[in-house]
Amino acid sequence: MTSPKRVGRIEFGLFSPKEIRKMSVRKIIWADTYDDDGFPYPQGLMDLNLGVIDPGLRCKTCDQKAADCPGHFGHIELAKPVIHVGYTRLIRKLLRVSCRSCSRLLMTAEEVEKIIGPEDSELAGELVSEKDIKKERVCPHCGEQQLKINFEKPTTFSEVFVEDGRKVEHKLTPADIRARLEKIPDDDLRALGVNPDVARPEWTILTVLPVPPVTMRPSIILENGQRSEDDLTHKLVDIIRINQRFKENQDAGAPQLIIEDLWELLQYHVTTYLDNEVAGCPPARHRSGRPLKTLSQRLKGKEGRFRGSLSGKRVNFSARTVISPDPNLSIGEVGIPLAITNEMTLPIRVTPFNIDELRQYVLNGPERPTIKSPCGANYAIRPDNRRMRLSDANLETVAEMIEPGWTVERQLKANDIVLFNRQPSLHRMSIMAHRVVVMDGKTFRLNPAVCPPYNADFDGDEMNLHIPQTEEARAEAEILVSVQSNILSPRTGGPIIGGIHDHISGIFLLTHTVRHFSKEETLYLTQHLPIEHLPEPDRLDDDGKPLWTNKQVFSLVLPDDLNMLFQASSCQNCETCKREMCENDAFVRVVNGNLITGTIDKKGIGAFDGQILHRIIRQHGMKRAARFIDDVTKLSIRGIMLEGFSFGIDDEDLTKTEYGQIDEVLNGALSDVERRIKIYNEGQLEPMPGRTLEETLEMQIMQVLGKARDRTGEIAGRHLGMDNSAVVMAVSGARGSMLNLTQMAGCLGQQSVRGERIMRGYEDRTLPHFRRNERGAEAHGFITNSYKSGLSPTEFFFHAIGGREGLVDTAVRTSQSGYLQRRMINALQDLKVAYDGTVRTTGGRIIQFCYGEDGTDPGKSSYGSPVDVKGIIESVLKQEVK
Amino acid sequence: MGTSLDVLSHEMVPDHQIMDGEEVTNLLATYHISLEQLPKMYHDDPAVKAIGGDVGNVIRITRDSRTAGRAEAYRLVVKRPKK
Ligand SMILES: [Mg+2]
Ligand SMILES: [Zn+2]
Ligand SMILES: [Zn+2]
Ligand SMILES: [Zn+2]
Repeated sequence: MTSPKRVGRIEFGLFSPKEIRKMSVRKIIWADTYDDDGFPYPQGLMDLNLGVIDPGLRCKTCDQKAADCPGHFGHIELAKPVIHVGYTRLIRKLLRVSCRSCSRLLMTAEEVEKIIGPEDSELAGELVSEKDIKKERVCPHCGEQQLKINFEKPTTFSEVFVEDGRKVEHKLTPADIRARLEKIPDDDLRALGVNPDVARPEWTILTVLPVPPVTMRPSIILENGQRSEDDLTHKLVDIIRINQRFKENQDAGAPQLIIEDLWELLQYHVTTYLDNEVAGCPPARHRSGRPLKTLSQRLKGKEGRFRGSLSGKRVNFSARTVISPDPNLSIGEVGIPLAITNEMTLPIRVTPFNIDELRQYVLNGPERPTIKSPCGANYAIRPDNRRMRLSDANLETVAEMIEPGWTVERQLKANDIVLFNRQPSLHRMSIMAHRVVVMDGKTFRLNPAVCPPYNADFDGDEMNLHIPQTEEARAEAEILVSVQSNILSPRTGGPIIGGIHDHISGIFLLTHTVRHFSKEETLYLTQHLPIEHLPEPDRLDDDGKPLWTNKQVFSLVLPDDLNMLFQASSCQNCETCKREMCENDAFVRVVNGNLITGTIDKKGIGAFDGQILHRIIRQHGMKRAARFIDDVTKLSIRGIMLEGFSFGIDDEDLTKTEYGQIDEVLNGALSDVERRIKIYNEGQLEPMPGRTLEETLEMQIMQVLGKARDRTGEIAGRHLGMDNSAVVMAVSGARGSMLNLTQMAGCLGQQSVRGERIMRGYEDRTLPHFRRNERGAEAHGFITNSYKSGLSPTEFFFHAIGGREGLVDTAVRTSQSGYLQRRMINALQDLKVAYDGTVRTTGGRIIQFCYGEDGTDPGKSSYGSPVDVKGIIESVLKQEVK
Repeated sequence: MGTSLDVLSHEMVPDHQIMDGEEVTNLLATYHISLEQLPKMYHDDPAVKAIGGDVGNVIRITRDSRTAGRAEAYRLVVKRPKK
């Protein structure tokens, strides 16, 4: 292999007609492709000099066969020059800055000097731009009066004369333009930032068109034996036909009108050949009506050559299906349908040590009947790299044949390591390595505790699976990408995998206040935990039977030496914390792995701020933390199943008393608003500092109505206690908030657009149901009803207005952040932390001298800091630290 | 021209020092790099002008760091390229 070389520079330029002819191997003059025998026409678009695609033929240029010939360019001599659409802006600029008579830059040498200056001055590197030249001035070199140049998309240029006080447009033909561009002096071009050595401007007007090799526009044979040509070939056929007709008419001395029409037609075909999505130009279509995919369309956009074929490709050894939850799996496992494990393989080299095992796989063959059956193999690869598909017919012969040197592609089986991914892959936890569990059914199964890093739910989400094919890939997947090494998020330094939804409700119900369980109940709760003995019972009941407390049961999943103090999610933030005596049981105290007081909820085991989880990771490592998540989620599910947990419409019911109080509050607020409007109308309102009268009134109304909504929430909340499922979910942090509950049972409150009451709609009013200029609460989107009581038609409409704003915001945000992400990834993707702690590019250039300046991996830190001081002190002193 | 401003005395501008030849040799040896692999800064950077740095100098910049307390970075002065 040759040693790598450094790229000195890259030069971008234009092909000159001379170069195009030089690289061409054949002048193409016929629009036909193949003759009746299916043989390429000489000097046709499929000429054998341009390369071969049909097997059996040889290239006339390089004498190689179809697979080896890279293809060669040909050329078409155009009857008249045409404009290259890709350069219309450059052409427009050059026409506007150069003289229409002598083609020199419309500036004196002194003027140019002022902008560019001599070499090595402050101004070195500056360029003359279109703005530096006054419009329609007189040429300083020859005195010619300049005219305005109009440009009309896609390729029409014209000059504007003033004749008898009327403006007259005179069209410039590509030949006229080319003549002008030819005369622009090299030095003037340099001042404009064009390097004339590689890009003379007249080369943007095509006189000769390169014909790409047939290898990049191969024709395909359809099922019915008919040939179907590539879109590019179709377009080239059009160009040659028109070019031919143009030449004939020209030679016959056809009238100017016909020549102009043909010229424009030729321009249209060349334009669409280069880019079929130009503004102001109807796209060229296939006979079926489909727009043709021409040169520019091959490169542009998501499916184009760059983003579609070079930066991203489709891969083998991958699978995709719908996901569904399975709380009995470990967080590090993934359930895979049997049908997929039978199809997907990984190559195992045959050695003297595994030959018996592999022979058995081969004998088992490609059909594994049940999830319990041992895995088989789908292919065997001979030492000469010949693949043999295994089928019932050849199992025994192949099993006899294999020996060291062969490779067997065996099916996926339990405990294999695979990569699991959900798009959009926004952070590194979007791809994690799981261990295989072969399952029935047709969906991928995962523990709901790993939903947060993937941002997955089960409303139809699909996920992808990839099978690492080499030992190195498998080792890397296990060490770097496994689920358990990704419990801590590098974003916050806190956990991202942990309890969600019912895990939190369940553990809250289980651990809230002190309760006692009989032996049967205790065993029901703990039956899925990997424990061998129950602890000493807390006490005996009246019949002398042993009882365990709920806190004892929870303590079973904690490490023995855990010491912690923290406030639970349900903490009300009382002014002086009563600590162990908290009436909400929100003060969590763990001593030597025993939960003494407090309720475990979101703050304890939640996916984003599980403190116990975090402490276990710091002090006992990832493996123990993964086990803790498995245990605690299983325990919490048992906890929720012990009593059952559901929510129905009657959970939003209040009594007559509360409804009366809510009506009272709302009526009071509405009349308060009326009163304030009256004060405003009488001109008695005192404006607040820095606000207009209207703004003051609006703020007062918003405040009164906001308070009223909160009061209805308080009234509803007083009635709905801990026996209400929604309250349990809100207090424990599992899902929803007291605000949601207020809106369900109390009142929906003010709907807003951009933080203000709804003001838009008809003239002087929001809806025709209200009087003009009415300022009252109902007329501007205050909803007194609740979701339970149902909305009135006007309320419903206001609710839709407020809801739409949220939808638009999310739609705009996702597209913007997606584009930002793309650009950041493109800029950062090749940086890495070197072994000496520096951050470097692939060229070894240093970006940071020490990663993050302190060299700390946030994914191994404690919320960003390298040492968890609080945790260490707590575990030693068993006391709170301030 | 208005009053001239000493950029170095602004609280947002970190300390800039020109490194001598021996320091630069040690620096390059520590990180096993060539001069070209250092981060760059332009010759017309206000801080470079203020300390009298020139093309080819290596500047030690000592910053207050949120994570490490104090952090040093080194930059090679290069000529601002033409646009
Ligand atoms: Mg979904
Ligand atoms: Zn060839
Ligand atoms: Zn002139
Ligand atoms: Zn408290």
